[in-house]
Amino acid sequence: MVFVNDIRELLKGIGSLADCADRVSEEDDLFEKGLDSFGSVQLMLALEEKYNIEFPDHLLNRRSFSTIRIIRETVSALTVSAAA
Amino acid sequence: MSTLALRTRRVAEIAALHADEVDREGRFPAEAVAALKAERLLGIQIPMQFGGESAGMSDIAEVCFALGQVCTAAAMVFAMHQIKVASLVTHGLDSDWHCSLMARIAEEQLLVASSTTEAGIGGDLRNSLCAVEADGEVFSLTKEASVISYGAHADLILATARRNPQAPTSDQVLVALMQDQITLTMTSRWDTLGMRGTCSDGFLLVARDVPLVQVLQKPFAEIAAQSMLASSHLLWSSVWFGIASFAVDRARAYVQGEARKKPGSVPPGALRLAEAANELQAMKGTVIAGLKRFEMAQGNVDDLSSIGFAVMLNNVKTTVSAMAVDIVQRALGIVGLAGYKNGTPFSLGRALRDVMSAPLMISNDRILANTANLLLVQKGGSQLMSA
Ligand SMILES: Cc1cc2nc3c(=O)[nH]c(=O)nc-3n(C[C@H](O)[C@H](O)[C@H](O)COP(=O)(O)OP(=O)(O)OC[C@H]3O[C@@H](n4cnc5c(N)ncnc54)[C@H](O)[C@@H]3O)c2cc1C
Repeated sequence: MVFVNDIRELLKGIGSLADCADRVSEEDDLFEKGLDSFGSVQLMLALEEKYNIEFPDHLLNRRSFSTIRIIRETVSALTVSAAA
Repeated sequence: MSTLALRTRRVAEIAALHADEVDREGRFPAEAVAALKAERLLGIQIPMQFGGESAGMSDIAEVCFALGQVCTAAAMVFAMHQIKVASLVTHGLDSDWHCSLMARIAEEQLLVASSTTEAGIGGDLRNSLCAVEADGEVFSLTKEASVISYGAHADLILATARRNPQAPTSDQVLVALMQDQITLTMTSRWDTLGMRGTCSDGFLLVARDVPLVQVLQKPFAEIAAQSMLASSHLLWSSVWFGIASFAVDRARAYVQGEARKKPGSVPPGALRLAEAANELQAMKGTVIAGLKRFEMAQGNVDDLSSIGFAVMLNNVKTTVSAMAVDIVQRALGIVGLAGYKNGTPFSLGRALRDVMSAPLMISNDRILANTANLLLVQKGGSQLMSA
Protein backbone atom coordinates (compact mmCIF):
# COMPACT_ATOMS: atom_id res chain seq x y z
CA MET A 1 0.00 0.00 0.00
CA VAL A 2 1.13 3.51 -0.74
CA PHE A 3 0.22 5.94 2.02
CA VAL A 4 0.00 9.68 1.72
CA ASN A 5 1.90 10.11 4.97
CA ASP A 6 4.80 8.04 3.69
CA ILE A 7 5.00 10.29 0.64
CA ARG A 8 4.95 13.31 2.92
CA GLU A 9 7.88 11.88 4.86
CA LEU A 10 9.84 11.57 1.62
CA LEU A 11 8.92 15.14 0.66
CA LYS A 12 10.50 16.35 3.90
CA GLY A 13 13.80 15.06 2.58
CA ILE A 14 13.58 17.35 -0.45
CA GLY A 15 15.32 20.60 0.49
CA SER A 16 12.93 23.01 -1.19
CA LEU A 17 9.82 21.28 0.27
CA ALA A 18 11.13 20.40 3.72
CA ASP A 19 9.34 23.28 5.42
CA CYS A 20 5.92 22.83 3.88
CA ALA A 21 5.68 19.05 3.41
CA ASP A 22 3.30 18.72 6.38
CA ARG A 23 0.99 21.42 5.10
CA VAL A 24 0.58 20.73 1.38
CA SER A 25 -2.72 19.16 0.46
CA GLU A 26 -2.97 16.13 -1.79
CA GLU A 27 -4.03 18.36 -4.66
CA ASP A 28 -1.52 21.18 -4.23
CA ASP A 29 0.86 21.64 -7.14
CA LEU A 30 4.24 20.75 -5.63
CA PHE A 31 6.05 22.80 -8.25
CA GLU A 32 4.23 25.90 -7.02
CA LYS A 33 5.49 25.02 -3.53
CA GLY A 34 9.11 25.09 -4.67
CA LEU A 35 9.78 21.64 -6.14
CA ASP A 36 12.31 22.00 -8.97
CA SER A 37 13.82 19.59 -11.44
CA PHE A 38 16.66 18.72 -9.07
CA GLY A 39 14.15 18.03 -6.29
CA SER A 40 11.93 15.92 -8.53
CA VAL A 41 14.85 13.67 -9.43
CA GLN A 42 15.71 13.27 -5.73
CA LEU A 43 12.06 12.50 -4.99
CA MET A 44 11.93 9.89 -7.72
CA LEU A 45 15.05 8.18 -6.39
CA ALA A 46 13.56 8.13 -2.88
CA LEU A 47 10.30 6.61 -4.16
CA GLU A 48 12.14 3.98 -6.21
CA GLU A 49 14.16 2.98 -3.16
CA LYS A 50 11.25 2.90 -0.74
CA TYR A 51 8.83 0.96 -2.94
CA ASN A 52 11.37 -1.09 -4.83
CA ILE A 53 10.05 0.10 -8.19
CA GLU A 54 11.48 1.70 -11.31
CA PHE A 55 9.86 4.62 -13.07
CA PRO A 56 9.75 3.82 -16.79
CA ASP A 57 10.93 6.54 -19.17
CA HIS A 58 7.44 7.61 -20.16
CA LEU A 59 6.62 8.51 -16.54
CA LEU A 60 9.78 10.55 -16.08
CA ASN A 61 8.01 13.85 -16.56
CA ARG A 62 6.81 16.79 -14.56
CA ARG A 63 3.21 15.60 -14.35
CA SER A 64 4.11 12.38 -12.48
CA PHE A 65 5.43 14.44 -9.56
CA SER A 66 3.06 17.37 -9.62
CA THR A 67 0.80 16.46 -6.67
CA ILE A 68 0.80 13.99 -3.78
CA ARG A 69 -2.32 12.35 -5.23
CA ILE A 70 -0.73 11.76 -8.62
CA ILE A 71 2.45 10.45 -6.98
CA ARG A 72 0.37 8.02 -4.92
CA GLU A 73 -1.57 6.81 -7.97
CA THR A 74 1.54 6.44 -10.09
CA VAL A 75 3.50 4.60 -7.43
CA SER A 76 0.50 2.35 -6.66
CA ALA A 77 0.22 1.37 -10.31
CA LEU A 78 3.94 0.65 -10.47
CA THR A 79 3.94 -1.48 -7.29
CA VAL A 80 1.02 -3.52 -8.65
CA SER A 81 2.79 -4.14 -11.94
CA ALA A 82 6.05 -4.96 -10.12
CA ALA A 83 4.21 -7.58 -8.02
CA ALA A 84 2.42 -9.11 -11.01
CA MET B 1 17.46 28.14 -54.38
CA SER B 2 14.39 28.47 -52.12
CA THR B 3 13.01 31.92 -51.52
CA LEU B 4 14.02 31.64 -47.88
CA ALA B 5 17.60 30.91 -48.91
CA LEU B 6 17.58 33.88 -51.30
CA ARG B 7 16.18 36.23 -48.70
CA THR B 8 18.75 34.97 -46.22
CA ARG B 9 21.55 35.51 -48.70
CA ARG B 10 20.53 39.11 -49.25
CA VAL B 11 20.58 39.75 -45.50
CA ALA B 12 23.94 37.98 -45.16
CA GLU B 13 25.46 40.18 -47.86
CA ILE B 14 24.47 43.31 -45.96
CA ALA B 15 25.52 41.86 -42.59
CA ALA B 16 28.96 40.95 -43.96
CA LEU B 17 29.61 44.53 -45.08
CA HIS B 18 29.25 45.90 -41.56
CA ALA B 19 30.45 42.97 -39.43
CA ASP B 20 33.93 44.30 -38.69
CA GLU B 21 32.68 47.71 -37.72
CA VAL B 22 29.88 46.25 -35.57
CA ASP B 23 32.53 44.23 -33.73
CA ARG B 24 35.09 46.99 -33.43
CA GLU B 25 32.65 49.59 -32.16
CA GLY B 26 30.55 47.13 -30.19
CA ARG B 27 27.47 48.55 -31.85
CA PHE B 28 24.10 47.05 -32.72
CA PRO B 29 24.07 45.45 -36.19
CA ALA B 30 21.42 47.93 -37.31
CA GLU B 31 21.86 47.40 -41.06
CA ALA B 32 21.55 43.61 -40.79
CA VAL B 33 18.48 43.87 -38.56
CA ALA B 34 16.91 46.38 -40.95
CA ALA B 35 17.57 43.87 -43.74
CA LEU B 36 16.00 41.06 -41.68
CA LYS B 37 12.92 43.25 -41.33
CA ALA B 38 12.91 44.22 -45.01
CA GLU B 39 13.03 40.53 -45.95
CA ARG B 40 10.33 39.92 -43.32
CA LEU B 41 12.42 37.26 -41.63
CA LEU B 42 11.56 38.32 -38.06
CA GLY B 43 8.06 36.88 -38.48
CA ILE B 44 8.76 33.62 -40.31
CA GLN B 45 8.08 31.42 -37.29
CA ILE B 46 4.69 33.02 -36.56
CA PRO B 47 1.79 30.76 -37.68
CA MET B 48 0.30 31.62 -41.05
CA GLN B 49 -3.07 32.42 -39.49
CA PHE B 50 -1.38 35.38 -37.76
CA GLY B 51 0.42 36.60 -40.85
CA GLY B 52 3.65 34.63 -40.50
CA GLU B 53 5.04 31.71 -42.49
CA SER B 54 4.88 28.85 -39.93
CA ALA B 55 8.58 28.19 -40.48
CA GLY B 56 10.03 25.21 -38.59
CA MET B 57 13.13 25.08 -36.42
CA SER B 58 15.34 23.72 -39.21
CA ASP B 59 14.47 26.63 -41.51
CA ILE B 60 15.32 29.09 -38.77
CA ALA B 61 18.52 27.22 -37.94
CA GLU B 62 19.54 27.54 -41.58
CA VAL B 63 19.26 31.34 -41.34
CA CYS B 64 21.25 31.34 -38.07
CA PHE B 65 23.96 29.27 -39.73
CA ALA B 66 24.15 31.54 -42.77
CA LEU B 67 24.40 34.70 -40.68
CA GLY B 68 26.81 33.06 -38.23
CA GLN B 69 29.32 32.77 -41.03
CA VAL B 70 29.35 36.51 -41.72
CA CYS B 71 28.25 38.49 -38.66
CA THR B 72 27.83 36.64 -35.39
CA ALA B 73 26.13 39.60 -33.73
CA ALA B 74 23.40 39.68 -36.38
CA ALA B 75 23.14 35.89 -36.21
CA MET B 76 22.80 35.88 -32.41
CA VAL B 77 20.24 38.70 -32.46
CA PHE B 78 18.18 36.73 -34.97
CA ALA B 79 18.58 33.48 -32.99
CA MET B 80 17.62 35.07 -29.66
CA HIS B 81 14.61 36.78 -31.23
CA GLN B 82 13.41 33.48 -32.70
CA ILE B 83 13.95 31.67 -29.37
CA LYS B 84 11.54 34.13 -27.75
CA VAL B 85 9.08 33.82 -30.62
CA ALA B 86 9.21 30.01 -30.23
CA SER B 87 7.90 30.40 -26.68
CA LEU B 88 5.04 32.61 -27.89
CA VAL B 89 4.14 30.25 -30.71
CA THR B 90 4.25 27.18 -28.49
CA HIS B 91 2.54 28.59 -25.42
CA GLY B 92 0.62 31.71 -26.44
CA LEU B 93 -2.06 30.26 -28.70
CA ASP B 94 -4.71 30.10 -25.97
CA SER B 95 -4.31 33.77 -25.05
CA ASP B 96 -5.99 36.43 -27.19
CA TRP B 97 -3.43 39.02 -26.13
CA HIS B 98 -0.49 36.84 -27.17
CA CYS B 99 -2.19 35.91 -30.46
CA SER B 100 -2.52 39.58 -31.34
CA LEU B 101 1.09 40.10 -30.26
CA MET B 102 2.14 37.39 -32.72
CA ALA B 103 0.16 39.13 -35.46
CA ARG B 104 1.92 42.39 -34.61
CA ILE B 105 5.36 40.76 -34.67
CA ALA B 106 4.65 39.45 -38.17
CA GLU B 107 3.02 42.64 -39.45
CA GLU B 108 5.33 45.23 -37.88
CA GLN B 109 8.44 42.99 -37.74
CA LEU B 110 8.87 43.68 -34.02
CA LEU B 111 12.18 42.63 -32.44
CA VAL B 112 11.88 40.56 -29.24
CA ALA B 113 14.59 40.43 -26.55
CA SER B 114 15.04 38.17 -23.54
CA SER B 115 15.61 38.81 -19.87
CA THR B 116 16.27 35.70 -17.81
CA THR B 117 19.66 36.48 -16.25
CA GLU B 118 19.34 38.39 -12.99
CA ALA B 119 21.74 39.84 -10.46
CA GLY B 120 22.08 37.34 -7.61
CA ILE B 121 20.93 34.43 -9.81
CA GLY B 122 23.32 34.49 -12.76
CA GLY B 123 22.68 32.00 -15.55
CA ASP B 124 20.32 29.82 -13.54
CA LEU B 125 17.38 30.13 -15.90
CA ARG B 126 15.02 28.25 -13.61
CA ASN B 127 15.12 30.62 -10.65
CA SER B 128 14.10 34.26 -10.30
CA LEU B 129 14.25 36.77 -7.47
CA CYS B 130 12.07 39.50 -8.99
CA ALA B 131 8.31 38.94 -8.83
CA VAL B 132 5.12 39.92 -10.62
CA GLU B 133 3.29 42.24 -8.22
CA ALA B 134 -0.35 42.26 -9.21
CA ASP B 135 -2.74 45.05 -8.30
CA GLY B 136 -6.21 44.44 -9.70
CA GLU B 137 -5.93 43.90 -13.44
CA VAL B 138 -2.38 45.23 -13.75
CA PHE B 139 1.04 44.35 -12.39
CA SER B 140 4.42 45.90 -11.81
CA LEU B 141 7.86 44.30 -12.01
CA THR B 142 11.35 45.47 -11.11
CA LYS B 143 14.23 43.33 -12.30
CA GLU B 144 17.99 43.76 -11.96
CA ALA B 145 18.58 42.35 -15.41
CA SER B 146 22.34 41.99 -15.59
CA VAL B 147 22.36 40.99 -19.29
CA ILE B 148 19.76 41.84 -21.94
CA SER B 149 21.10 41.52 -25.47
CA TYR B 150 19.99 44.46 -27.66
CA GLY B 151 17.73 45.51 -24.77
CA ALA B 152 17.94 49.12 -25.85
CA HIS B 153 16.95 48.23 -29.44
CA ALA B 154 14.11 45.77 -28.84
CA ASP B 155 10.41 46.46 -29.33
CA LEU B 156 9.54 44.14 -26.48
CA ILE B 157 11.21 41.99 -23.84
CA LEU B 158 10.09 38.61 -22.54
CA ALA B 159 11.20 38.42 -18.92
CA THR B 160 11.12 35.70 -16.29
CA ALA B 161 9.88 36.50 -12.79
CA ARG B 162 8.40 34.73 -9.80
CA ARG B 163 4.63 34.24 -10.15
CA ASN B 164 3.98 36.51 -7.14
CA PRO B 165 5.99 37.97 -4.26
CA GLN B 166 5.20 34.91 -2.07
CA ALA B 167 6.15 32.30 -4.68
CA PRO B 168 9.32 30.21 -4.32
CA THR B 169 12.17 31.25 -6.62
CA SER B 170 11.51 28.26 -8.89
CA ASP B 171 7.80 29.08 -9.47
CA GLN B 172 8.27 31.41 -12.42
CA VAL B 173 6.20 32.93 -15.20
CA LEU B 174 7.17 34.60 -18.48
CA VAL B 175 5.85 38.13 -19.03
CA ALA B 176 5.79 40.17 -22.23
CA LEU B 177 6.76 43.81 -21.71
CA MET B 178 6.33 46.29 -24.53
CA GLN B 179 9.00 48.94 -24.92
CA ASP B 180 6.60 51.75 -23.98
CA GLN B 181 5.58 49.97 -20.77
CA ILE B 182 9.06 49.85 -19.27
CA THR B 183 11.98 52.00 -18.34
CA LEU B 184 15.46 50.59 -18.79
CA THR B 185 18.28 52.21 -16.85
CA MET B 186 21.65 50.98 -17.98
CA THR B 187 23.67 49.50 -15.11
CA SER B 188 26.58 47.98 -17.03
CA ARG B 189 28.02 48.31 -20.49
CA TRP B 190 28.71 45.28 -22.68
CA ASP B 191 32.38 45.89 -23.43
CA THR B 192 33.49 42.31 -24.04
CA LEU B 193 36.03 40.10 -25.73
CA GLY B 194 33.57 39.00 -28.42
CA MET B 195 29.91 38.99 -29.41
CA ARG B 196 30.32 42.72 -29.02
CA GLY B 197 27.54 43.72 -31.38
CA THR B 198 24.89 41.90 -29.35
CA CYS B 199 25.02 44.95 -27.05
CA SER B 200 24.11 42.77 -24.08
CA ASP B 201 24.14 45.60 -21.56
CA GLY B 202 22.88 45.32 -18.00
CA PHE B 203 19.74 47.22 -17.01
CA LEU B 204 17.47 47.98 -14.16
CA LEU B 205 14.15 47.04 -15.75
CA VAL B 206 11.07 48.68 -14.26
CA ALA B 207 7.56 47.96 -15.54
CA ARG B 208 4.42 49.65 -14.20
CA ASP B 209 0.70 49.20 -14.84
CA VAL B 210 1.11 46.34 -17.27
CA PRO B 211 -2.13 44.42 -17.93
CA LEU B 212 -2.06 40.97 -16.31
CA VAL B 213 -3.07 39.38 -19.62
CA GLN B 214 0.52 39.89 -20.72
CA VAL B 215 1.66 37.16 -18.31
CA LEU B 216 1.79 33.77 -20.03
CA GLN B 217 -0.28 31.46 -17.85
CA LYS B 218 1.81 28.31 -18.36
CA PRO B 219 4.44 27.76 -15.64
CA PHE B 220 7.79 28.93 -17.02
CA ALA B 221 9.18 25.48 -16.12
CA GLU B 222 7.02 24.03 -18.89
CA ILE B 223 7.85 26.81 -21.33
CA ALA B 224 11.55 26.24 -20.64
CA ALA B 225 11.30 22.49 -21.11
CA GLN B 226 8.99 22.43 -24.11
CA SER B 227 10.22 25.32 -26.23
CA MET B 228 13.00 27.43 -24.81
CA LEU B 229 15.56 24.75 -23.95
CA ALA B 230 15.28 23.23 -27.41
CA SER B 231 15.15 26.45 -29.40
CA SER B 232 18.03 28.03 -27.44
CA HIS B 233 20.39 25.13 -27.70
CA LEU B 234 19.58 24.34 -31.32
CA LEU B 235 19.66 27.90 -32.64
CA TRP B 236 22.73 28.95 -30.65
CA SER B 237 24.42 25.80 -31.90
CA SER B 238 23.54 26.72 -35.47
CA VAL B 239 25.18 30.13 -35.00
CA TRP B 240 28.30 28.49 -33.52
CA PHE B 241 28.35 26.01 -36.37
CA GLY B 242 28.34 29.01 -38.71
CA ILE B 243 31.40 30.46 -36.93
CA ALA B 244 33.25 27.12 -37.04
CA SER B 245 32.40 26.65 -40.74
CA PHE B 246 33.69 30.12 -41.50
CA ALA B 247 36.97 29.31 -39.76
CA VAL B 248 37.39 26.00 -41.59
CA ASP B 249 36.61 27.75 -44.89
CA ARG B 250 39.44 30.18 -44.21
CA ALA B 251 41.81 27.38 -43.24
CA ARG B 252 40.88 25.45 -46.38
CA ALA B 253 41.46 28.49 -48.60
CA TYR B 254 44.82 29.00 -46.93
CA VAL B 255 45.94 25.38 -47.40
CA GLN B 256 44.75 25.37 -51.01
CA GLY B 257 46.76 28.54 -51.63
CA GLU B 258 49.85 26.86 -50.19
CA ALA B 259 49.24 23.81 -52.36
CA ARG B 260 49.05 25.94 -55.49
CA LYS B 261 52.36 27.59 -54.63
CA LYS B 262 54.16 24.22 -54.46
CA PRO B 263 52.53 21.84 -56.93
CA GLY B 264 53.35 18.19 -56.34
CA SER B 265 53.52 18.40 -52.56
CA VAL B 266 50.79 18.32 -49.90
CA PRO B 267 51.21 21.32 -47.59
CA PRO B 268 51.83 20.47 -43.94
CA GLY B 269 48.62 22.19 -42.87
CA ALA B 270 46.54 19.78 -44.96
CA LEU B 271 46.61 17.06 -42.33
CA ARG B 272 45.44 19.49 -39.67
CA LEU B 273 42.78 20.70 -42.08
CA ALA B 274 41.58 17.12 -42.48
CA GLU B 275 41.25 16.90 -38.69
CA ALA B 276 39.36 20.18 -38.49
CA ALA B 277 37.02 19.16 -41.32
CA ASN B 278 36.44 15.87 -39.54
CA GLU B 279 35.45 17.61 -36.33
CA LEU B 280 33.29 20.08 -38.22
CA GLN B 281 31.36 17.19 -39.74
CA ALA B 282 30.84 15.60 -36.32
CA MET B 283 29.64 18.98 -35.06
CA LYS B 284 27.20 19.28 -37.95
CA GLY B 285 25.90 15.78 -37.28
CA THR B 286 25.22 16.71 -33.65
CA VAL B 287 23.32 19.86 -34.59
CA ILE B 288 21.26 18.13 -37.27
CA ALA B 289 20.44 15.13 -35.09
CA GLY B 290 19.22 17.56 -32.41
CA LEU B 291 17.08 19.45 -34.91
CA LYS B 292 15.57 16.22 -36.30
CA ARG B 293 14.85 14.87 -32.84
CA PHE B 294 13.16 18.15 -31.90
CA GLU B 295 11.02 18.23 -35.02
CA MET B 296 9.96 14.62 -34.41
CA ALA B 297 8.88 15.50 -30.88
CA GLN B 298 6.93 18.61 -31.94
CA GLY B 299 3.49 18.71 -30.40
CA ASN B 300 4.20 15.73 -28.13
CA VAL B 301 4.28 17.32 -24.70
CA ASP B 302 5.35 14.11 -22.92
CA ASP B 303 8.25 13.60 -25.28
CA LEU B 304 9.33 17.24 -25.08
CA SER B 305 9.28 17.15 -21.27
CA SER B 306 10.96 13.77 -20.93
CA ILE B 307 14.33 13.36 -19.25
CA GLY B 308 15.85 11.75 -22.31
CA PHE B 309 14.95 14.77 -24.41
CA ALA B 310 16.44 17.25 -21.92
CA VAL B 311 19.64 15.20 -21.66
CA MET B 312 19.93 15.08 -25.44
CA LEU B 313 19.57 18.86 -25.77
CA ASN B 314 21.97 19.58 -22.91
CA ASN B 315 24.50 17.34 -24.64
CA VAL B 316 24.03 19.17 -27.93
CA LYS B 317 24.84 22.48 -26.23
CA THR B 318 27.86 21.38 -24.23
CA THR B 319 29.31 19.32 -27.10
CA VAL B 320 28.75 21.83 -29.87
CA SER B 321 29.96 24.85 -27.88
CA ALA B 322 33.20 23.08 -26.94
CA MET B 323 33.73 21.79 -30.49
CA ALA B 324 33.17 25.23 -31.96
CA VAL B 325 35.97 26.73 -29.86
CA ASP B 326 38.25 23.82 -30.67
CA ILE B 327 37.61 24.02 -34.41
CA VAL B 328 38.31 27.75 -34.61
CA GLN B 329 41.53 27.23 -32.66
CA ARG B 330 42.55 24.43 -35.01
CA ALA B 331 41.85 26.70 -37.99
CA LEU B 332 44.04 29.37 -36.45
CA GLY B 333 46.83 26.84 -36.01
CA ILE B 334 46.59 25.95 -39.70
CA VAL B 335 46.55 29.53 -40.97
CA GLY B 336 49.12 30.82 -38.49
CA LEU B 337 50.04 34.46 -38.35
CA ALA B 338 47.83 35.37 -41.30
CA GLY B 339 44.90 34.33 -39.14
CA TYR B 340 46.22 36.00 -36.00
CA LYS B 341 46.56 39.34 -37.77
CA ASN B 342 43.52 41.51 -38.34
CA GLY B 343 42.62 42.64 -41.84
CA THR B 344 44.01 39.72 -43.86
CA PRO B 345 41.85 37.44 -46.03
CA PHE B 346 42.50 34.75 -43.40
CA SER B 347 41.94 36.74 -40.17
CA LEU B 348 40.35 34.62 -37.46
CA GLY B 349 40.56 36.96 -34.48
CA ARG B 350 36.92 37.99 -34.51
CA ALA B 351 35.69 34.41 -34.97
CA LEU B 352 37.89 33.24 -32.10
CA ARG B 353 36.76 36.00 -29.76
CA ASP B 354 33.10 35.47 -30.64
CA VAL B 355 33.16 31.70 -30.31
CA MET B 356 34.75 31.86 -26.86
CA SER B 357 31.33 32.96 -25.57
CA ALA B 358 29.73 29.64 -26.52
CA PRO B 359 30.73 27.59 -23.47
CA LEU B 360 29.86 30.53 -21.17
CA MET B 361 26.45 31.34 -22.61
CA ILE B 362 24.74 29.40 -19.84
CA SER B 363 27.89 27.90 -18.38
CA ASN B 364 28.66 24.41 -19.64
CA ASP B 365 29.41 23.38 -16.05
CA ARG B 366 25.94 24.48 -15.01
CA ILE B 367 24.42 22.45 -17.83
CA LEU B 368 26.57 19.41 -17.10
CA ALA B 369 25.55 19.59 -13.43
CA ASN B 370 21.93 19.55 -14.56
CA THR B 371 22.57 16.59 -16.87
CA ALA B 372 24.38 14.76 -14.08
CA ASN B 373 21.26 15.05 -11.95
CA LEU B 374 19.02 13.79 -14.74
CA LEU B 375 21.28 10.83 -15.45
CA LEU B 376 20.57 9.53 -11.93
CA VAL B 377 17.15 8.44 -13.15
CA GLN B 378 17.32 8.17 -16.95
CA LYS B 379 16.75 4.69 -18.33
CA GLY B 380 18.81 3.31 -21.20
CA GLY B 381 17.90 1.08 -24.11
CA SER B 382 16.96 3.38 -26.97
CA GLN B 383 17.47 2.40 -30.59
CA LEU B 384 20.16 3.70 -32.94
CA MET B 385 17.70 5.62 -35.06
CA SER B 386 15.58 6.95 -32.15
CA ALA B 387 16.71 9.34 -29.40
C1 LIG C 1 26.51 36.67 -26.09
C2 LIG C 1 25.64 36.53 -24.89
C3 LIG C 1 24.36 37.03 -24.91
C4 LIG C 1 23.52 36.92 -23.81
N1 LIG C 1 22.27 37.44 -23.88
C5 LIG C 1 21.43 37.34 -22.83
C6 LIG C 1 20.12 37.88 -22.90
O1 LIG C 1 19.72 38.44 -23.91
N2 LIG C 1 19.33 37.77 -21.83
C7 LIG C 1 19.72 37.15 -20.70
O2 LIG C 1 18.93 37.05 -19.78
N3 LIG C 1 20.96 36.61 -20.58
C8 LIG C 1 21.82 36.70 -21.63
N4 LIG C 1 23.09 36.18 -21.54
C9 LIG C 1 23.53 35.60 -20.27
C10 LIG C 1 23.49 34.08 -20.26
O3 LIG C 1 22.18 33.66 -20.47
C11 LIG C 1 24.00 33.54 -18.93
O4 LIG C 1 23.25 34.04 -17.90
C12 LIG C 1 25.39 33.94 -18.68
O5 LIG C 1 26.19 33.57 -19.78
C13 LIG C 1 25.92 33.30 -17.42
O6 LIG C 1 26.86 34.19 -16.93
P1 LIG C 1 27.83 33.95 -15.69
O7 LIG C 1 28.95 33.10 -16.18
O8 LIG C 1 28.15 35.24 -15.12
O9 LIG C 1 26.94 33.32 -14.61
P2 LIG C 1 26.75 32.03 -13.75
O10 LIG C 1 25.75 31.17 -14.37
O11 LIG C 1 26.43 32.54 -12.42
O12 LIG C 1 28.10 31.24 -13.72
C14 LIG C 1 29.34 31.74 -13.24
C15 LIG C 1 30.32 30.60 -13.16
O13 LIG C 1 30.07 29.85 -11.99
C16 LIG C 1 30.09 28.48 -12.23
N5 LIG C 1 28.78 27.89 -11.85
C17 LIG C 1 27.74 28.57 -11.39
N6 LIG C 1 26.73 27.75 -11.07
C18 LIG C 1 27.13 26.52 -11.33
C19 LIG C 1 26.53 25.24 -11.19
N7 LIG C 1 25.30 25.07 -10.71
N8 LIG C 1 27.23 24.19 -11.57
C20 LIG C 1 28.49 24.33 -12.05
N9 LIG C 1 29.10 25.52 -12.19
C21 LIG C 1 28.43 26.61 -11.84
C22 LIG C 1 30.47 28.29 -13.68
O14 LIG C 1 31.83 28.01 -13.78
C23 LIG C 1 30.20 29.63 -14.30
O15 LIG C 1 31.07 29.90 -15.35
C24 LIG C 1 23.97 36.28 -22.63
C25 LIG C 1 25.27 35.75 -22.59
C26 LIG C 1 26.11 35.87 -23.70
C27 LIG C 1 27.48 35.30 -23.63
